[in-house]
Amino acid sequence: MVREGILIDTPYERMTKEQVTRIHQASMEILSDPGLMCFNKEAAETFNSNGAEVATVSPSDLPCWHIKIPEKLVTDAIDSAPKTIKLGARNPDNTLIMKGDEPRVYFVSGSETNIWLDVDFPTYVKKSDPSIETRVPEFRPRRGTVADLCQSAHVCEHLDTLDAYIRTVNIQDKDITEDNKDVNKFFASLNNTTKHFMTGLTNLKQMDNVVNMAKLIVGGEEELHENPIISFITCLVKSPLQFVEDTTDTFIDVCRRGLPIVVSSSPQAGTTAPIKEVGIMAQINAEVLAGITLGQLVTKGTPVIYGSVPVRARMDTLGDSYGSIETSQYNIDCVQMARFYNIPNYSTSGVCDTKTPGQQASIERLLSDIVVTLSGPQYLHCAYGLLDCNSVFCLLQAVLDDAHFQMIKFFLRPPRIDETQIAEILKQIREVVTTPQKLYIRYIRPVMRSGEISAPYPFEGDGESDNVFALAYERMNELLAKPVEHIDPATTSKIFQEIPGLLPRLNVYEEGR
Amino acid sequence: MSEDIIATLKENVIQGRKSLEDEGIDEDLTGTPGVVELTQSALDNNIPLDVIVTQGLTAGMEVVGEKFATKEYFIPDMLASAEAVGAAMDILKPLLDASNVETKGKFAIATVKGDIHDIGKNIVAILLRGAGYEVQDLGIDVPTEKIVEMVREEKPDYIGLSALLTTTMVNMGEVIEALKENGLRDKVKVLIGGAAVSDEYACEIGADAYCVDGFHAVKVLDAFHQAKA
Repeated sequence: MVREGILIDTPYERMTKEQVTRIHQASMEILSDPGLMCFNKEAAETFNSNGAEVATVSPSDLPCWHIKIPEKLVTDAIDSAPKTIKLGARNPDNTLIMKGDEPRVYFVSGSETNIWLDVDFPTYVKKSDPSIETRVPEFRPRRGTVADLCQSAHVCEHLDTLDAYIRTVNIQDKDITEDNKDVNKFFASLNNTTKHFMTGLTNLKQMDNVVNMAKLIVGGEEELHENPIISFITCLVKSPLQFVEDTTDTFIDVCRRGLPIVVSSSPQAGTTAPIKEVGIMAQINAEVLAGITLGQLVTKGTPVIYGSVPVRARMDTLGDSYGSIETSQYNIDCVQMARFYNIPNYSTSGVCDTKTPGQQASIERLLSDIVVTLSGPQYLHCAYGLLDCNSVFCLLQAVLDDAHFQMIKFFLRPPRIDETQIAEILKQIREVVTTPQKLYIRYIRPVMRSGEISAPYPFEGDGESDNVFALAYERMNELLAKPVEHIDPATTSKIFQEIPGLLPRLNVYEEGR
Repeated sequence: MSEDIIATLKENVIQGRKSLEDEGIDEDLTGTPGVVELTQSALDNNIPLDVIVTQGLTAGMEVVGEKFATKEYFIPDMLASAEAVGAAMDILKPLLDASNVETKGKFAIATVKGDIHDIGKNIVAILLRGAGYEVQDLGIDVPTEKIVEMVREEKPDYIGLSALLTTTMVNMGEVIEALKENGLRDKVKVLIGGAAVSDEYACEIGADAYCVDGFHAVKVLDAFHQAKA
């Protein structure tokens, strides 16, 4: 069994076939002229030895190479990149199978934020009438901790619509250092969800430790390749058109190991990419293709995912505006480009500009969640719980988002119209028109029980009251109270013995826990 | 045997199964006797009428009401059960009339003159029948004179007036005035309902109660019934 996701029968596409081809051609032109600046020696050498035009840039503060990638190198890489990618999971029922030509959408959390948003419901008394009291949600930001990450993975495990987990919060406890951050974020996440886990890596020196941890969980190296319960995201190309030294190192390392990795690019239209749609599309496509090409040159056939996190700049601050309409348009275009290459796509939706849950958050999120889902990306990083662009995570918002995705998934069910249905309905109509009341109500029940009628909004208040936050908070606590399937005691013990740097408090089997 | 029939009757009311072909909720019961067949079977086994009504039908409806209150059941479930009980009452009515077992009262309902909307009216009728009231549905677009005549002839305990439109709700007041003019106002409780009306409007025209929906109508009538008892 694998997760079903939601199959989009007819994906929504903005560009014509001719426009897609033209963007592809423009990207190819960009890769050969002006090409990319490369701050990673190994990448420059790899391109050089495979026929790209590589020249040392001097003078330069950092070692830097100018790379011009010929079209043939890119098209060969597109050909050799796997068209089907499997993302495994601790629970095999949570496996994802992504096919580049199949618009089956999986909904995923993320990304990593520095701020965790707590919520409380203090009671206020009306000044003009002290007999009237009301509970108002108050949101308090604070730095994220490893305990928060555990909670987030725990709740995400129980969110029905969420198919895979990208860690949501940067762990900033006093005892977390650059050297132990990776092992602790991997363990905190993997131990609290049985779904697929994807993340970036903080320190390449920790790669062996986190991969060994995954091997211990699944039973060995071969088992990890058969069931890759972890995968990685790297922004190896910084916009515009620059291979970054450290993330490219990480990317090359993951490709050597043959583990799944997202080649992610996040240009901002107006600052690090042209403001026009055609411009950001030609550039982001070139940047992702450059990464995919490098990956295939390192290890032919290694599973690389076409990753896109394009965004438009705000005109008032030149910061990111994920809530802008154009951001969704760019993402939909990227989905179309990835499908053009038949390479599975990681796309973005649901990231909003506002800092707290509320009407603006819901409007921004729902719009992009609906339209980007309709375009059929395979791996939709739809930002459960994310606020203030990529800065804040709120567990309450993640629970609200799950309800939104329930609606979207229901909406996308195909219609059931066939001969059996028609015959049944004609019989029903003929029966009802002969009854005194002429009502179809008695026929609702079997349909209602079979799940064919959409559920009411789960956080609907009684009467005229709006209790959405309070009810979602109750739901959040219900989910936290539900148990999760932790890694078994023997494996946990082995992990704590063999993987250095793990915080003892993360061992749920330790005495007193 | 008798206890089994009554328990099964109650269970089938809870399942909302009027007859053999209905499937129920918890499992596919299609093909097994429903409320109609079980009511007949109860009569064939000489089970007393009051036992059939109170321990079978009414007891089942009480459970349905509880499930509705806890949101386990929805309106379609409630209506299915009420419809099943209504069908049982059709079988029992001649026998009840001939015996000393009393119904909870006679209720007439009509959509007033000029208004043809009847979904709400029909639901109220189904629910009240299911709750044990004898219901007479006068239909839609019913002239005031016909309602007055019915009250005079049939002597219902309650009359329900329904209107969806702001242009037709005034005819509810007309009915009440006509009942007064004919010396019948104190013989019958008048309840009003429909999207256009409110508690305030009920007071304004001198109705005895405003019912927000069918479930409320059952509660209001039960309260009147208990007060009378």
